[in-house]
Amino acid sequence: MNLSRRRLLTLALAGAAHPLLPVRGIVSQAFAAPGAGSAKFLLVFLRGGYDAANVVIPVGSPFYYEARPTIAIPRPDPANPLAAIALPQRDGSSNWAMHPALKDTMLPLWTKGQLAFVPFAGTDDLTRSHFETQDSVETGMPVAAPGAAPHNYGSGFLNRLASALDGAAPVSFTDGLPTVMTGKAAVPNVSLKGTGRAPFDARQMAILAGMYEGTRFAPLIAEGFDLRKTVAEQSEMMASGSMAAEMQAANRNAITARGFELEARRMAGLMKDKFNIAFIDVGGWDTHVNQGNAQGQLATLLLSLGQGLAGFAEQMGDAWPHTLVVVISEFGRTFRENGTRGTDHGHGSAYWVLGGALQGGRFAGEEVVVRADSLNQNRDWPVTTEYRAMLGGLFRRIYGLDTTRLDQVFPNAVPRDLGLI
Amino acid sequence: MWRRLLAAAITAAMLAPAGQAAGRGTSALTRVDLRWLNRVTFGVDSSAVATYRRLGREKFLDAQLHPPREDPPELRAAIASLGISQKTGEARVFEFRQEQQRINSLPSEDEKQKARMALGQASGQVQYETSRRHLMRAIASPWQLREQMTWFWMNHFSVFSGKGNVRFTLPEYEEDAIRPHALGRFRELVMATVTAPAMLEYLDNAQSSANRINENYARELMELHTLGVSGGPSGSRYTQQDVQELARVLTGLGLALAPQPPRLGPQQAPLYVRRGLFEFNPARHDGRPKTVLGAAIAGKGLDEVDAAVTLLCRQPATARFISTKLATYFVADEPPRGLVDRMARTFEKTDGDIAAVLKTMFLDKEFIASLGYVDAASEPSERATGAARAAKRRASDGVGEFEGRSPSKLKDPMVFVVSSVRLAYEDKTLTNFRPLVGWLAQLGEPLYGRVTPDGYALTESAWTSSGQIVRRFEIARAIGSGNAGLFNNDDNSPGPSTGFPMLTSRFYYDSIEPALSARTRTALGQTNSQQEWNTVLLASPDWMQR
Repeated sequence: MNLSRRRLLTLALAGAAHPLLPVRGIVSQAFAAPGAGSAKFLLVFLRGGYDAANVVIPVGSPFYYEARPTIAIPRPDPANPLAAIALPQRDGSSNWAMHPALKDTMLPLWTKGQLAFVPFAGTDDLTRSHFETQDSVETGMPVAAPGAAPHNYGSGFLNRLASALDGAAPVSFTDGLPTVMTGKAAVPNVSLKGTGRAPFDARQMAILAGMYEGTRFAPLIAEGFDLRKTVAEQSEMMASGSMAAEMQAANRNAITARGFELEARRMAGLMKDKFNIAFIDVGGWDTHVNQGNAQGQLATLLLSLGQGLAGFAEQMGDAWPHTLVVVISEFGRTFRENGTRGTDHGHGSAYWVLGGALQGGRFAGEEVVVRADSLNQNRDWPVTTEYRAMLGGLFRRIYGLDTTRLDQVFPNAVPRDLGLI
Repeated sequence: MWRRLLAAAITAAMLAPAGQAAGRGTSALTRVDLRWLNRVTFGVDSSAVATYRRLGREKFLDAQLHPPREDPPELRAAIASLGISQKTGEARVFEFRQEQQRINSLPSEDEKQKARMALGQASGQVQYETSRRHLMRAIASPWQLREQMTWFWMNHFSVFSGKGNVRFTLPEYEEDAIRPHALGRFRELVMATVTAPAMLEYLDNAQSSANRINENYARELMELHTLGVSGGPSGSRYTQQDVQELARVLTGLGLALAPQPPRLGPQQAPLYVRRGLFEFNPARHDGRPKTVLGAAIAGKGLDEVDAAVTLLCRQPATARFISTKLATYFVADEPPRGLVDRMARTFEKTDGDIAAVLKTMFLDKEFIASLGYVDAASEPSERATGAARAAKRRASDGVGEFEGRSPSKLKDPMVFVVSSVRLAYEDKTLTNFRPLVGWLAQLGEPLYGRVTPDGYALTESAWTSSGQIVRRFEIARAIGSGNAGLFNNDDNSPGPSTGFPMLTSRFYYDSIEPALSARTRTALGQTNSQQEWNTVLLASPDWMQR
């Protein structure tokens, strides 16, 4: 009861802040030409294939505990800080739980209905190869039948999304331009990992830009300098003043945000002002060896990811109700642990969807009862929600994309509405 | 210093018969000459200019197209001292596997963890040293065209070092399969890659056998390596059936990972081939008849592979596909059609002689025209057009070429980094290549780091995102200010202080300054220090363009 009242409040606030939008703040105006509107979209790509089964944990499945003798997370138990965190569903069932490293950051969002999981999500690509699957996900083309149409290495689906929308302002928070962002639309890129200092002072920038005046590179250089300047101003603001205080409070007085959280907060700052379609990737998820359980390698990564996403949500502030974040990975991992206390490349994953106006706090998509005989190829999770269908469904909702435009983004995909927004 | 001495020695050796035929002894090079040199090499430097001055364009090109097999002595010695030169890929793979087994049998998790870290570092070192060797040659070898073509073919027949054992077989892939054929016959180059462990593992052919066909390599061999995509601009027309047939031809090509050769019957035994880690295993080969592109594939075993590769390499589509790619790399994103036609004709006429195709390209009038100046040497003066006179006038005014138009194609990341280091440190020998490896990664084109088999795109848009251009400026500063750590010791501890480079050299005034645009001159005039001046020069459109 409490839950839904809080969500209603969020929705009302969203509506109040943007009177032109329908109550669900994130959804673009019906009947308007497809445009980015006030919606903000961030795709987070966990490179390496994260072990979904230890994050969204089938604690109701005895097979889970059989299959993972050393790396399983204990069943929920309030007295045990290393136990999984129960994720009660609306129907009262509690077959699923969350990794304890996410307790402080993701549980509050789940409780507010601003986080949902889509287990058994993934691609039709069964190569279990990092690079092939990442590439096929990023291009967003249908997986060719063995030997059918030639590969498409030309463009990525976020670039095509930016091309299909009026008012799109895409950005990639990466060193280079990842496949998902390559294509016709011009997409600036900047990594937020560094110190954030401006690379050159104003005089130097003027000298450098001056040489390119009138050439085809002039606008790119202006854009590049501008972005770096904005990033620098932002990180300065974050290092001092009210924002720093806010962050300290949020971190329970940990000295300052570091690593991914700092990056994520900077992203939020930039997305609030300037950008509405964004991409970032986070590496390190290929846990073949000693992945740990409630503590260890995977737990450390999750802690940092959770802090980043929660920090991002907070930093988005009044734009959060119009914001959608989707966290994906190229594949899941083997359901059974391997001989080196890790897991190997698998298939189905669990995607995360976050947003200020999400109808979350639940699982979306078709669930599979986790047993030995329900595994895909007796090895890993099956895929019941294909990523193109899922993202296509979300894009249709938040941008009001028609079939033609959706087909530009995800050719031949049949969008699925998971009822999340 | 040694690069300059070397250049003198080489020109002296080469010049003996040629004498002073070119008669260019002391005359300054024209802008066309310099721009031309800038493409034949990674970037013009004073030793290239000196050699060119003595030999003239055609002889310079001939020397570049037919270099001696060996590196010059100092470079050879430096490469011989690398760890990768002490072992074969086969030894590396077996040692790695042995070490893994030993680690698995260690009693404590702690020891395992430590041993794994050490093993990871050792395999990282193999990749670093391969990059280092590549960069040492790109920067210091006088045979610049071979080194450029080595990069080009490594990219064309791209493998990703992060897959499986590829990092261990990478040093030999470049050294034995690609580089010796970089200016040779295309068919032999393809054949060398078809029998290279790195390629067979990277494109999964090692997994393919008569009853478990994997088509991955067969498709890429046609689409990416020879014919170009079916239905595409090369005129390539192959079908799914052709892919399947070629995949059957390729069955049996793989890696010899077992210590002993397999036991084979009297029919198959004579067909078995093992060279280092490469293996052709007739027991995995589909021996039934095959038809590729309408032609029956003759022979048995490995001979079939040879026949199929020859068939692919002699298709007009291959001549066109390869010629277009070369011209895209060396000339423009959309190279002149006539130029590509003439290159493709040479390709077909010479049965894929890469040196001959390059010679056609580098001496072609459309190639010369793409350099942006009228070539006084190749145009009789009485027929000099108004444009030529205007160009000469601009040259004498010192007014550069970017007035009112954009520079031609921007250097790709590799060419930018290598040319800049060549210019800044011609007189010094780099000791630490990690910064260069890092710069290439930051610019999106790390060596051996392309995950997909298509290699890095050769068109400008692949390296001109706004973030990448600003990053280039930062790299220009790192090189220009002399504090990038290029002279650190091998363990990355600080080496002797070398200060910042002096780009305001005699070479600069002879060969770079005269062609600078007015805007770049203005910018250089606004700088506050030598380091800043260096940075601005290396960041200028004049320097950035190919």
